[in-house]
Amino acid sequence: MNLPLEELVHRSGEWLRGTGPESDIVISSRIRLARNLADFPFIRRASDADKAQIERILRETTAKLDDVGDLAYYDVQGLEGLDRQFLVERHLISREHADNEGARGVAIDHSERVSLMVNEEDHLRIQVMHSGLDLDSAWAEIDRVDDQIESKVTYAFHPKLGYLTACPTNVGTGLRVSVMLHLPALVVTRQIEKVFRSLQKISLAVRGLYGEGSQAMGDFYQISNQLTLGRTEEDLVKQVADIVPVLIDYERKAREFLVKESHKDLHDRVSRAYGILCTAQKISSEETMHLLSSVRMGVNLGLIKDVEMASINQLFIHTQPAHLQKLRGMELSTSDRNVERAMYLRQMLAKRSGNGDPAAN
Amino acid sequence: MKCQKCDKLATFHITELTGGPGGALVELHLCEDHARQYLTQADDSPDEKQSMAGALAQQLQVGQTAEELSRLDRQACPVCGITFYEFRSKGRLGCPHDYTCFEKELMPLIANIHGETEHIGKTPKRAPQQTENRTKLIRLRREMKEAVAAEEYERATELRDQIKRIEQGLESAAEEK
Repeated sequence: MNLPLEELVHRSGEWLRGTGPESDIVISSRIRLARNLADFPFIRRASDADKAQIERILRETTAKLDDVGDLAYYDVQGLEGLDRQFLVERHLISREHADNEGARGVAIDHSERVSLMVNEEDHLRIQVMHSGLDLDSAWAEIDRVDDQIESKVTYAFHPKLGYLTACPTNVGTGLRVSVMLHLPALVVTRQIEKVFRSLQKISLAVRGLYGEGSQAMGDFYQISNQLTLGRTEEDLVKQVADIVPVLIDYERKAREFLVKESHKDLHDRVSRAYGILCTAQKISSEETMHLLSSVRMGVNLGLIKDVEMASINQLFIHTQPAHLQKLRGMELSTSDRNVERAMYLRQMLAKRSGNGDPAAN
Repeated sequence: MKCQKCDKLATFHITELTGGPGGALVELHLCEDHARQYLTQADDSPDEKQSMAGALAQQLQVGQTAEELSRLDRQACPVCGITFYEFRSKGRLGCPHDYTCFEKELMPLIANIHGETEHIGKTPKRAPQQTENRTKLIRLRREMKEAVAAEEYERATELRDQIKRIEQGLESAAEEK
């Protein structure tokens, strides 16, 4: 099955539906496994012919998986830059995968929960992403997908070091567990650094919305494991799963504090953010993320009543540069995008609230 | 330890991979303010980053002369041809066999990163078959490409036949199961 990319544009991935456990704070639970074929060099030393052969083998293998649902395969090498960026914004491929050279592709299931990246940093990167805090079932699912692929190809595996990866930081399990959290109240109350510090002590990494080196836009933070060797997959999943409720608790307490101690300030901040998003005539991606973050918290706290969480979640992604251009159906300059983004936000927010002037309540 | 940007105590120790092809491993030691600045900054600015070269060089310098180091750097994997220098400057290995041929250098690095050196997680349901033949394929394909580039067509043909024989052997072994 090969859907054109356009099919994805107007939907959003299941991880954005905002209904999983703790989904007021936890956006998504994501797990990835790094795997390589035993009979090819890693990407760094792979010739064009090697890459093409790896791509063919894994494309054919992923097409024959029984248990994963329909997978659509996209030839990433053949995609336009805008389309690659679009997949990055949806978290279906990594930035590195978008920017790499040579034969490569990605297989995506229709709910966008499973993504199989071929010829990323490793030959195969399996990713499973669930909405809310749902790590155990994400692990069960990715484990099953991995088993199925492993029954058809031979992975590079070392009796002592485990699954061999292009970078020694991933060797062993090849596992990265990553939970994306929305922590606006910890940011407002300036407690977020304290959180970073305590996470760092237990070897967990903190990153922004789009991963490594990316800005902590919209108060989104991804918490993930650093170590991959010397522990079982279940332990690594558990380590992250155990810390998340603590972070949720901190964030809830910070929100309670804001509601109790500075309710007017909070309500004002949230309402102004909503007002700007509903009425602005041009707006940057950065400002949008910043304001949507306040609105999202306002919806969670019942300060804004007529917008659904899933709509806000979707706006975070749909107002990203490539999404805007795909939705509009044409390439736009930065300043045109700012006008288009404001128009899109006005339309979507006016539609949700059922009147033309959503800031009136 | 002091922050790498100022005189305050470094309370954040960040290990990070840089994006993009040829990205390397980065270690940062920062105080609270600079950590916040770093974690909220826009995309990679290269001067912020040290490479894995730095981390490894530090590790290797202990007890090694410059001569020993340069000899180590010239060592190459017989299978994929990557030199140790290429690995430590780019932070990525060339093939599965590197873990064997650079074992002496990699194990301390791995212990440093993970605090452990032994995998206790999942193992493939079927034991990996014919690992040697698979590794050999990596080498033969590379040699064939080099033979073609050197216009040694006779040798390239021999290599191609050898590759085919091994590939067919692996395929029929897979079908028998």
